[in-house]
Amino acid sequence: MAGQAQSVSKDQLWSGGQSPFGISYGKMMMWYFLVSDALTFGGLLTAYGVIRHGSADLWPVGEQVFESLPMLHGSYPLIYVALMTFILIISSVTMVLAVEAGHRMDKQGVIKWMGYTVIGGFIFLGSQAWEWSHFIHGSGGGFQVSAPMTVAATDDHNQPIAMELTGGTWVHMTSDVGHAYEHALEHGDHIEISNGKLIVTPAVHGDHDAHGHDAHAEAHAAAPQEYPLEIVLNKYTLEHKDGKDLRKLMVTGEEAEKIMKNMASNTLVFGANLQKNEYAVQQQYANFFFFITGFHGFHVLQGVIINLIVFLMAFRGVFERRGHYEMVEKVGLFWHFVDLVWVFVFTFYYLV
Amino acid sequence: MERDDLIVNDSYSINARHGEEEGKKIRKKLYTVTAILTILTVFEIFMGVFFKRNGTFTWETIKLLFIVLTLVKAAYIVLIFMHLGEERKNLKYVVLLPYALFILYLIFIGLYEGLSVQEMNNTFR
Repeated sequence: MAGQAQSVSKDQLWSGGQSPFGISYGKMMMWYFLVSDALTFGGLLTAYGVIRHGSADLWPVGEQVFESLPMLHGSYPLIYVALMTFILIISSVTMVLAVEAGHRMDKQGVIKWMGYTVIGGFIFLGSQAWEWSHFIHGSGGGFQVSAPMTVAATDDHNQPIAMELTGGTWVHMTSDVGHAYEHALEHGDHIEISNGKLIVTPAVHGDHDAHGHDAHAEAHAAAPQEYPLEIVLNKYTLEHKDGKDLRKLMVTGEEAEKIMKNMASNTLVFGANLQKNEYAVQQQYANFFFFITGFHGFHVLQGVIINLIVFLMAFRGVFERRGHYEMVEKVGLFWHFVDLVWVFVFTFYYLV
Repeated sequence: MERDDLIVNDSYSINARHGEEEGKKIRKKLYTVTAILTILTVFEIFMGVFFKRNGTFTWETIKLLFIVLTLVKAAYIVLIFMHLGEERKNLKYVVLLPYALFILYLIFIGLYEGLSVQEMNNTFR
């Protein structure tokens, strides 16, 4: 077909033998598939919107749930997610550069840029694995307040503020206290809350040790560990009351002790799974995280595998022999689509 | 007069080719789009983390801005990276119109339902 300067008028275009869209069958079908897949993701995000709008309790804020970086201590709101977004955008750019190289029949160019795209995809998958692991393990722990109460807290600017908590308000322990608490519960240690501190006296491990007598455990058993209590009242808790735009309130010492002792029974949660989560009263919050980012991650995995196959095909000169690099363009469409979906997930799940 | 309803076989996408000269121009455009997408993402983070707290804008305004910026980013990805902008008009409409129709309907019905459920929750809880 190439090189023939044959012209066809619009009247004859739809009567067979021509491509009315000016594209090949494979590329057209890729576009049709992407439209249907976009509807699936659109449906998921709309479902999320419905649940979020219909929720009587306030929804958690993304910048407060996702604020950790691997191997660093402290608060870096949304930085990690932004980094993931950036990685995906960059791998989308290397993909489109591979398509451009294909149009010049530049085999080395296609191999190079496809290679970078595959690497970008793997980095994104790794980032998502870390994010899931962090989300599941949690950062501290959360529980509901039982009876309504008033506590004295300090805001971001170190200003004192009196905060009224209604019954059922969701509060957070900071990670040091939370992890110590969780660890103590798991090991059956003795837990005491007094003087604004969490005091953990390690249990003697000998009796549930499968190996019988353990001299080391007994030697360590005596020393109680102390952790100053720190409770975070998040912005969504505040908005509940008077719409104040403070990020979070920190409660420490005796006031924190009051909250800990006002814990509603059976509401203490560490981390997240499909039954409960430490981030919010609404379990749908965690479930939508798992389902939407999981479904997207599954697409990324497929994309990486397909990209890898096309990379190997380009490497072996399959497209060189075929005379065109359209396959790179087709998998490129899928890969850009994955990036496109992430742009929406990023906005609606993390930012808004 | 030149006829515009003629379709030449060379415009069939498999045969799309360009030389080094034109490739340079295309790459320059791609790098510009990359810069735009990166700047928009950084700006969104900045708005989300910083302005949310200091009360310069209301949260509703920022939310609306996020949605608009997202649509801008999506348009760049679809029209430039997926080069739908360079495809023939009939393909553009076949892809975009049905999707826009369904998704607008879905969003409308979803938010309407969600708001009414919330109202019920607030009334009868």
